[in-house]
Amino acid sequence: MSAAIETKKILTEPLVNNNPITLQVLGICSALAVTSQMSTSLIMAVALTAVTACSSAAISSIRNHIPGSIRIIVQMTIIASLVIVVDQVLKAFAYEISKQLSVFVGLIITNCIVMGRAEAFAMKNPPMASFIDGIGNGAGYSLILIIVAFFRELFGSGKLLGIEIFPLTKDGGWYDPNGLMLLPPSAFFIIGLLIWVFRQWKPEQLEKADFKIMDISHGEGGHH
Amino acid sequence: MNEYVSLFIKAVFVENLALAFFLGMCTFLAVSKKISTAIGLGIAVMVVQVITVPVNNLVYHTLLKEDALSWLGITGVDLSFLTLLSCIGMIAALVQILEMVLDKFFPALFHALGVFLPLITVNCAILGGSLFMIERDYDFTQSVVYGVGSGFGWALAITVMAGVREKLKYSDIPKGLEGLGITFISAGLMSLGFMAFSGIQL
Repeated sequence: MSAAIETKKILTEPLVNNNPITLQVLGICSALAVTSQMSTSLIMAVALTAVTACSSAAISSIRNHIPGSIRIIVQMTIIASLVIVVDQVLKAFAYEISKQLSVFVGLIITNCIVMGRAEAFAMKNPPMASFIDGIGNGAGYSLILIIVAFFRELFGSGKLLGIEIFPLTKDGGWYDPNGLMLLPPSAFFIIGLLIWVFRQWKPEQLEKADFKIMDISHGEGGHH
Repeated sequence: MNEYVSLFIKAVFVENLALAFFLGMCTFLAVSKKISTAIGLGIAVMVVQVITVPVNNLVYHTLLKEDALSWLGITGVDLSFLTLLSCIGMIAALVQILEMVLDKFFPALFHALGVFLPLITVNCAILGGSLFMIERDYDFTQSVVYGVGSGFGWALAITVMAGVREKLKYSDIPKGLEGLGITFISAGLMSLGFMAFSGIQL
């Protein structure tokens, strides 16, 4: 019974409480770049989850044989091979989308979530737990990606997954698309605001201030 | 010559790796708290970028591309699916070599950059630069110019960001937005500023 609870915890913890993007600040590069459409972000989310889960499981199963000094190279090779598989599969079955994602599929290799989980979790835990941890973190990443893509595509082009939701003014509807949403800066704004929402909701995620500005209007005034 | 100047300007401003393609964001956000460290990392990225992009270009054109092995008399071989593996391997190896060379011949520089060098292997800006170079089919000279330009653009972006963040410390920010949240929003505003260059045709 406790094993099931443990598994559930590994799986759900990264969704909100320890989200890889908003709290661990990992894997932001692709989170921002592919989110102008729902379809590309869904593909990216699936690709990253698959790579994280499989690489964590693979690394974990050979963790006792990897010499400490070359572990980064070993991890990198495993991850890169998995990414090549994903890349080739996408090129074969979803060529249009793989063109739109351009280099970002390749950049899963350097996505810090994959490396971070390999280093922080898979090197210390058995394969099954590492696999689930990979899926959990992939899901946390996917959650943010899909929320951001939802806002960007809906307000930027009035569509979701290519299906029209808001009829556009140029086609006789009422919605005038906000072009800024399709441009890079809006991704920064949306993630920034998401972090704000998450931290209001879960105050324990607030960052500790490095220092405080001293209040001199009352109290210790006069002792200069 | 003109073509190279415009490629450089484009790589620095219009297609800034950090602000237009969001590459190297993790380090961009983590290491931009102080101007001095940001400049150190910026220079390290630039140096690595200048070396890795042309080297990857050579490897791609002489070994991996379709029919690239024809100088060995082997034709009809297309190894381009190995691009990702060879790029990241090359980058990891070059960073390691650079670290050893700096340690031996330029100890002062090594100590200044020391902590950042290993980080650079997993910086997406470096791998991204090489992959963009391959996707856009640059020749060798173009790849040198692109390496310099994109590295410089990234260094510029992180230095400016660190400057903004140093000043931000004194502002009164809503509790939940402190730290990461406001950093994202100011990066967004900076990226908006860089968008102004995007209409320029060179």
